[in-house]
Amino acid sequence: MAVRILVRFKEKAEDARARQLERRISAYLGIKASVERIDSYTIDAKLSEEEAKLAATKLFADPIVQEALIGSADGECDYLIEIGLLPGVKDNVGDTSKKALEELLGRELEGGVYASTQYRLSGGVARSDAERIASELLGNPMIQHWKVLACGESSGLPVPKVRIGGEGEIHAIPLSADDSGLVSISKKRSLALSLSDMKVVRAYYMQESVRKKRRLRGLPDWPTDAELEVIAQTQSEHCKHRIFNSLIRYSEGGRTKLIDSLFNSYIRKSAEEIAKERDWIVSMFWDNAGVAKLNGSWNYAVKCETHNSPSALDPYGGAITGIVGVYRDPMGTGKGSKIIAGTYGFATASPFYTGGLSPRMPPRRLLDGVVEGVKDGGNKSGVPTAYGFAFFDEGWLGKPLVYVSAIGLMPSSINGEPSHEKHVDSGDRVVMVGGRVGKDGIHGATESSLEGGEWITAGHVQIGDPFTQKKVQDFILEARDLGLYNAITDMGAGGISSAAGETARMSNGCTLELSRVPLKYSGLKPWEIIVSESQERMLLAVPPKKMGELQRLAKKHDVEATDIGVFEDTGEFAANWKGKPVLALDMGFLHSGFPQLELEAEWKGGGEPEPELPPEDQGALLHEMLSRENIASKEWIQRQYDHEVQGGSVIKPFLGKENDGPSDAAVIRPLLGEDVGIAIGAGFTPKYSKIDAYYMAAASLDEAIRRVISVGASLGHIALNDNFCWPDSIYDSKGNPDGKQKLAQLVRANKALYDYTTYFKTPCISGKDSMFIDGNIRGSDGKEHKVSGLPALLFTAYAKVNDVRKCVSMDFKDEGDAVYIIGDTNNELGASEYYEARGHVGGNVPMLDKEKALQGYRTAEKAIQEGLLKSCHGCYRGGLAVALASCAIAGGIGAKLSLNGLPGNAKSDIAKLYSETGGRFIVTVAGKDTARFEKLATQAKRIGTVGGDLLVVDGIISEPIKGLKQSWQSTFRGFW
Amino acid sequence: MVRAAVLVGYGINCDYETSYALKLAGAEVEQVHISGLGEAGLERFEILAIPGGFSFGDDIAAGKMLANKLKAAAGSSIEQFVSDGKLAIGICNGFQALAKYALLPEMGEQKFTLTFNDSGRFEDRWVHLKAEGNSIWTRGISSLYLPVRHGEGKFVAPKEELRHIEREGLVALRYASAEGGKPSYPDNPNGSMNDIAGITDRSGRVLGLMPHPEASLYPTNHPRWTRGERDVLGIELFKNAVKFAEEELV
Repeated sequence: MAVRILVRFKEKAEDARARQLERRISAYLGIKASVERIDSYTIDAKLSEEEAKLAATKLFADPIVQEALIGSADGECDYLIEIGLLPGVKDNVGDTSKKALEELLGRELEGGVYASTQYRLSGGVARSDAERIASELLGNPMIQHWKVLACGESSGLPVPKVRIGGEGEIHAIPLSADDSGLVSISKKRSLALSLSDMKVVRAYYMQESVRKKRRLRGLPDWPTDAELEVIAQTQSEHCKHRIFNSLIRYSEGGRTKLIDSLFNSYIRKSAEEIAKERDWIVSMFWDNAGVAKLNGSWNYAVKCETHNSPSALDPYGGAITGIVGVYRDPMGTGKGSKIIAGTYGFATASPFYTGGLSPRMPPRRLLDGVVEGVKDGGNKSGVPTAYGFAFFDEGWLGKPLVYVSAIGLMPSSINGEPSHEKHVDSGDRVVMVGGRVGKDGIHGATESSLEGGEWITAGHVQIGDPFTQKKVQDFILEARDLGLYNAITDMGAGGISSAAGETARMSNGCTLELSRVPLKYSGLKPWEIIVSESQERMLLAVPPKKMGELQRLAKKHDVEATDIGVFEDTGEFAANWKGKPVLALDMGFLHSGFPQLELEAEWKGGGEPEPELPPEDQGALLHEMLSRENIASKEWIQRQYDHEVQGGSVIKPFLGKENDGPSDAAVIRPLLGEDVGIAIGAGFTPKYSKIDAYYMAAASLDEAIRRVISVGASLGHIALNDNFCWPDSIYDSKGNPDGKQKLAQLVRANKALYDYTTYFKTPCISGKDSMFIDGNIRGSDGKEHKVSGLPALLFTAYAKVNDVRKCVSMDFKDEGDAVYIIGDTNNELGASEYYEARGHVGGNVPMLDKEKALQGYRTAEKAIQEGLLKSCHGCYRGGLAVALASCAIAGGIGAKLSLNGLPGNAKSDIAKLYSETGGRFIVTVAGKDTARFEKLATQAKRIGTVGGDLLVVDGIISEPIKGLKQSWQSTFRGFW
Repeated sequence: MVRAAVLVGYGINCDYETSYALKLAGAEVEQVHISGLGEAGLERFEILAIPGGFSFGDDIAAGKMLANKLKAAAGSSIEQFVSDGKLAIGICNGFQALAKYALLPEMGEQKFTLTFNDSGRFEDRWVHLKAEGNSIWTRGISSLYLPVRHGEGKFVAPKEELRHIEREGLVALRYASAEGGKPSYPDNPNGSMNDIAGITDRSGRVLGLMPHPEASLYPTNHPRWTRGERDVLGIELFKNAVKFAEEELV
């Protein structure tokens, strides 16, 4: 019999969470309601009366402000919503509660503890209002169940205990079917294997040599379910990047070119060429993250990931799983690193969207969820979320982009061996560390290879558990330094299959015993165990003689470490269940037996004619531009993220006179006691893809570089991570008629990546792609509409700062400082924020001039190193006007400026103020230093002087700084 | 040499900078995992630091499970440590644990709590603080500027307890406005009663506070250092403790 313990706030104590919910109910749904929130814990075990009382008072309730009730809560209300997690969904609070309760009672509990919440609504709330609050604000049917009850009705939620059967079941799947049969097998199991893939699989199983071997092992001739799943996972777009490695026939203006792998032709080629001249690159491409040298004895590992599909289904769960998951990349790189910073980037539809399409998750709710997910994931991990952005476009109604990145720090050598290397000896034990395995996350890898829509099932919705992972991180660092393992990798997409399969390449094989894998609940089939993506797990290769010490250390850290098999030199990836064979696959076949995709790309050009627009009132326009959602302050997001834990914060994401101006980048001091730093900044300019993704890529790169240069990084030491998030680019005459153009955009973005990174000598040492940013959404016409995201290339720059004491911030400082612009301003309003505000795209996309940009980077860097700059800020979205206003707003001081003789070919006021030409910096210099600065920065043009309370530009703008700040901060004020 | 134990494990996460702060202040620092606290020999140390973090994920209530864990793992040695007149500090999550353990303002039943911020949100922002009372940790310090980073930092105590704390001069730190006056939100970032940010025990040796002194180690931690602004560094608290321990405890 389950026992329920309910915790409510005492009558006179204030529950701020309930007040916050009331505000949201009013803002989102226009319903006035008083809310009482009651936390409920269902203990699925026998407890004596005294035990229940002890639990209620000593564990669950805070005696100062709360009271605990056993059974049910009383009191008047209109309606009551009970909401809890569905069976099998990771219940972090329930899991920790169970452990704490067991400790308090001094005995083990036979069943679980499940957390749920009651919301008691009053103040004249109708049942229909309560239903809306439950379904439109609180509950997500992907992970939760709920009931709306009349006050006094007894609990409606069943105990969410998982009851499944199928333990140990292994099925063979005959592939003797015809083509349509093969396709249907792939579809039914959500394998995302194409017909030609399925034929390759069939051919493998029909080989006589394979059959002979299988019969000897006691395996069926045809693949087992586990084998098929492992093959699908290994070949998934997520793991194999089949589009980036495809053979592309690219045509443009009648000329055709064959590209054999975008990755090899552009990304890898660029990085390998640059590596000849950049000796700080330590490791790239093969491991979970790229590694760069920080100084003589420390390296840093970087990785930026996306977690898009899961965030579309459950924004909170998707984002928390994303950020906690990306930490495991540097953590599992080389011999393992300590996570020292994270970043975020959210690209969604506007939270103010009021169009005719009705996505399952309205954009504002989705944004709330992802913001909250990164908040809990980052804060609870003790990792500073140092920097990030949010950007909006309707294209992401179909699928949002959730970028998460992590930096890890590792000594350059550990026990005399280079820390970035790892190896596996035959005989090493396969050890799984961390979380337990459940059904959650099954098919994450294969489903991210599909576009959003009917195929997506709830199978891969999961909720990250930063607490468990923090313990794992602490454990790993100690185990690493004691030399207890030879290799480490993370278990992310693809679970054991991927982690063990990849690591087994170092020993040429492994055999797993799946019955040893610790489970959250019994009844999982072997194939589910091997591909489940349950979180917070790492995989180690441990020499047998170190197993005892490893286990003792695991106990100290309260971490589960389980021996699940052995690495061997057999040439096979094999697994058993209680000795019975589950799978045995040839390593060669698994990792290289599949055909290359062949795709068509055709570039037809992009953009529209330049519009003719009437003159503007420049003062009013500046206010309008500052308040636009892609310009306006997003401080409400960053303020919720701990960005200074670990003590090394140097340049904060918001700074200036009142700590609320937009910094170009963040800088951290990773080693307390040393002055070396890491600057982190991102470039994201997807709107230019409306014209040409070549220049979109160039602009993103330029933005990322200028952001870190602006705060004091060295150009010679910028490690980049590239993230391609692209709409479906595989041509299909019915389903994807413009697929060739989208693929051509992808080719062009890659070409730009190569052209510009090699010129600037800024290598991409890590990267990732997410290739199906599309979704099918129901419209007000009742039909499904396919919505595709803009082709987007995000560059994240992780750059070395030689001495953090020389860092510079972007806010204007003192009366009398001279204002300069570095770089040309051209007539390049194409796809600009201004054109978008007036409903146009135009054609003059900013075409980054690489020579001038490079000169600008060098000038800014040198001026900062010589201590000549009092402030430095790049011009990004919104152009010069927005950049100048930002510096003034942050500094709380105005400036008098003139744009006469502005370098570049922009002639009209609008073009001068709002053109988004790349490569530009706004800098200020103290009066005494102007001569030295002008000698160093020969291309810089003085445009005015800091001072006063107004931002004055020639005779056309004269606006009080306070009012401009108001406009910039007002847009998202209601989101706080 | 003064020896300081810094607790680690179970989701504590400010241990790196707290250890560094104590080291800079001149202490010999040992990081002690909570699971081994009972056997760690707490009597070897003069200073005990419970750093900030998200112990046990803040599940149920911040600091609650950590308090229970500490009690179960090493309750008697912790209480002995405090009774011996040694120095202890609980920062943020550590303060929440001290409150729920009931080591502050004195040992016994829980007298106050730290509950959800009025904003209903976790916030990271810098706050002005005024020091008062007889805490050894804040000797010679009149004001500080430090970050708070919490979602559950609102100081709440029943009327009579609050009166007691005030009357006995046990308030160590109060939120203040930039000019030093009565703060409103966000200067008082969480709605704490009487603007209380930190309290001490009667001896002045045990300090609990929500703001993070260990996040102010360098002038470059200040959010406006690039504007030439400087303030008393949070590290001064640790120096005070080490100095006192050197003189009185070693």
